[in-house]
Amino acid sequence: MTAISSAEPTRRDFLYIATATVGAVGAAAALTPLIGQMNPDASTIAAGAPVEVDLSPIQSGQIIQVFWRSKPIFIFNRTRNDVKLAQDVDWQTLRDPQPDSARVQAGHEQWLVVIGICTHLGCIPLPHQGNFDGWFCPCHGSQYDSSGQIRQGPAPLNLPLPPYQFISASKIRIGETSQA
Amino acid sequence: MSGHSTYQPQSPFMQWLERRLPIASLVYSSFIAYPTPRNLNYWWTFGGILTFMLGVQIITGIVLAMHYTPHVDFAFNSVEGIMRDVNYGWLLRYVHASGASFFFLAVYVHMARGMYYGSYKEPREVLWILGVILFLLMIVTGFVGYVLPWGQMSFWAATVITNLFSAIPGVGDPIVSWLWGGYAVGNPTLNRFYSLHYLLPFVIVGVVVLHIWALHVVGQNNPTGVDPKTEKDTVAFTPYATIKDAFFIGLFCLVFAWVVFYLPNYLLATDNYIPANPGQTPTHIVPEWYYLPFYAILRAIPNKLIGVCALGLAIASLVFLPWLDTSRVRSANYRPAFRQCLFIFFAAVIGLGYLGSQEPSGGYVIAARILTVYYFAFIWIILPILGLVETTKPLPNSISESVLREGVPVGASAPPSGA
Amino acid sequence: MLNRNIPKIHRSIFALAVAAALSVLGAWSASAQDAEAPPRQTWSFHGPFGTYDPAQLQRGFKIYREVCSNCHSIKLLSFRNLAEPGGPGFTEAQASAVAATFQVTAGPNDQGQMFQRPGQISDYFPPPFANDQAARAALGGKLPPDMSVLAKARGYEAGFPYFIFDAFKMYQEGGPDYIHAILTGYADAPAGFALPPGGQYNKYFPGHAIGMPKPLTDGQVEYTDGTPATVDQYGRDVSAFLMWAAEPTLNARHRLGFQVMIFLIVFTGLLYMTKKKLWHDVLHDPELEKPRAST
Repeated sequence: MTAISSAEPTRRDFLYIATATVGAVGAAAALTPLIGQMNPDASTIAAGAPVEVDLSPIQSGQIIQVFWRSKPIFIFNRTRNDVKLAQDVDWQTLRDPQPDSARVQAGHEQWLVVIGICTHLGCIPLPHQGNFDGWFCPCHGSQYDSSGQIRQGPAPLNLPLPPYQFISASKIRIGETSQA
Repeated sequence: MSGHSTYQPQSPFMQWLERRLPIASLVYSSFIAYPTPRNLNYWWTFGGILTFMLGVQIITGIVLAMHYTPHVDFAFNSVEGIMRDVNYGWLLRYVHASGASFFFLAVYVHMARGMYYGSYKEPREVLWILGVILFLLMIVTGFVGYVLPWGQMSFWAATVITNLFSAIPGVGDPIVSWLWGGYAVGNPTLNRFYSLHYLLPFVIVGVVVLHIWALHVVGQNNPTGVDPKTEKDTVAFTPYATIKDAFFIGLFCLVFAWVVFYLPNYLLATDNYIPANPGQTPTHIVPEWYYLPFYAILRAIPNKLIGVCALGLAIASLVFLPWLDTSRVRSANYRPAFRQCLFIFFAAVIGLGYLGSQEPSGGYVIAARILTVYYFAFIWIILPILGLVETTKPLPNSISESVLREGVPVGASAPPSGA
Repeated sequence: MLNRNIPKIHRSIFALAVAAALSVLGAWSASAQDAEAPPRQTWSFHGPFGTYDPAQLQRGFKIYREVCSNCHSIKLLSFRNLAEPGGPGFTEAQASAVAATFQVTAGPNDQGQMFQRPGQISDYFPPPFANDQAARAALGGKLPPDMSVLAKARGYEAGFPYFIFDAFKMYQEGGPDYIHAILTGYADAPAGFALPPGGQYNKYFPGHAIGMPKPLTDGQVEYTDGTPATVDQYGRDVSAFLMWAAEPTLNARHRLGFQVMIFLIVFTGLLYMTKKKLWHDVLHDPELEKPRAST
């Protein structure tokens, strides 16, 4: 084989570089469907569509659980006492400081809608248990109050809020907050 | 087998690794420096094509398995879910389904090459037998895989082929219900076929390793059938064979892509888009095209047990080719009589394939019987006799000499004047 | 010693003989094909650059909605598919509105009972009958097949050598051709043809006796875009719709196919040129170019 004398890429090298580059592009393109197929498919995304919940059957003081995107959602019809306890807390001293007003919607303060997954390691806390008029997580002892805020135990954050809006006085849509 | 050079690890890391697991030198001596006859033609690229297709089938199969449900109530719909909802699911499914056809196309060309050039002859008998084992594994893998979409053809092909075993006297029926896991093809059958379909390709990978190992011990055959004698007869596998394989794989992929994107249902039976109905048999049960020659042989024989035996013998006969072929000359290029008979054999196999797709009635049955007789006669009668009585053409002294060919180097523009 | 030319002629004669034999055998055993071959139509989605015509799919959907859905389910199709790219081109709002016109079984409710509610966009098309047995009971023992993949579950075997040509013509429309033929193929039974009870004569149905009563007549479905309201046009439109229902990703498949073919042509070309370059020194090895004494 003839030795390539010049240090510059020759025409032969250009061909090899071009072939290798096109091959690399092809290999990367071939990876796209193989990796992309693991993303949620169209039926899963459709099943994650917004869920409408009728609030009228929920008694005062009752907590119900529905599913949205395979996550448990707690809907708490808080009594006046529950609301007062939540609003009177000195929220700035809490581990995850948030006023109750930021966790409910204006004009609908009695309704608390939170994602029922403990922010510690993912268990579902039990309603109407614990010392703070809220939830108690049996896995590692985290306790949440009537605003879903973490008060005691190892969980670092308050129960998260899903996007939701009131589509009438007694119905909420959990999912998009804006019209699809 | 001496390589053109041996591996010398350059970096400290490679030296460290080489001392502990000499994988780099193994790869180097097997796929880089490995001496390959310089006169191989493009028929020799089909081994590489098969390895490529095995990789394609395994990868697409694994990702399809992430979305498929192996239960009789959900299988058909899960495949449609792949086609409609999974990102690029339609592409993965069509590649896998058509890929099976192209896998078999490549293996038939590969086997035909072996028969034409005498690649099964001494010292490559074990290589050939490993190949027959691979062919058998492919047949079983393809069969159990086709059942998984749980269409009408899936169900009834499973029923017909598993029922073949009932031909075995005495133990036939218990074997069949053992295969089924029940009184008929049903959910237990589907589940176990899914497990086998996932397992067998990896068994194929293992046997392919043995196949390539057996090949590298004795070296490649070549179109002359004459062994390499000097270093001039061979070139290093990389880059010469590598680039030739890569180019032909590219061509193969062009045809493959053309079918996947523009003819995806050409090779698939329409009946398999009807969900399996155990209460209704389709009017024409047809296996996939790559099984058709053997299906024709099975149906050509009116007796059930002998038909099943003929089917098995049609594949098993291939194992004995190295000993049935008595000729000392390997390549059909130098065996004109054998060449004619072999081409008729290939035509007979294609003819049997066509007949396997048709209704077994009238002239089709007679033709299938004639071709079946030729199939077995070629292997068991013609081959042994031919080697003893044929006149062969003189062999070149070496590969290099054959490349030279009447004093004109390969690639020169015109022969010397006066020829 | 045989001259090189004669074996080639032998091969050609042999090939012709095989072809002739196959055609003769085909004619001899033609009893399997006892219905006419469906005439081939032109389809907007045929060929490597074919795409669905959204207007045609909308008309076809209208026919499904008004006529076919009374008996035929299409359970693998979802309302959201109507708004997906490559399809009839409805907006999500329109697809939701279509969904709301269907009643879907949901539940169980808190009393433990299943109930009906208006469809949502994520629902699948509800079947007209709860199960196969209900369909047979309502239709005199007949079971209308589900239409989700019907256009791929039907076809016509063209026989040798037509299936070779079909590969090169990229013919994949056997299903729509068959469905169109069935819908337009109702005719009076010829004299002497014994029609089984409940059957109707159809030129293209295998066996000629189809269980489905003639579903379409001229003017039955109103088209608002000026397309002629004939049975032939209905047949085309609903066949196209059913092909889309069976193969909704066809547009994407053709588009990606074009890109892949171009890539492979370029890449294979580069590989070929690379092979030529690399092999040049082997094929023009100076040591092998010494001329030998001519014979």
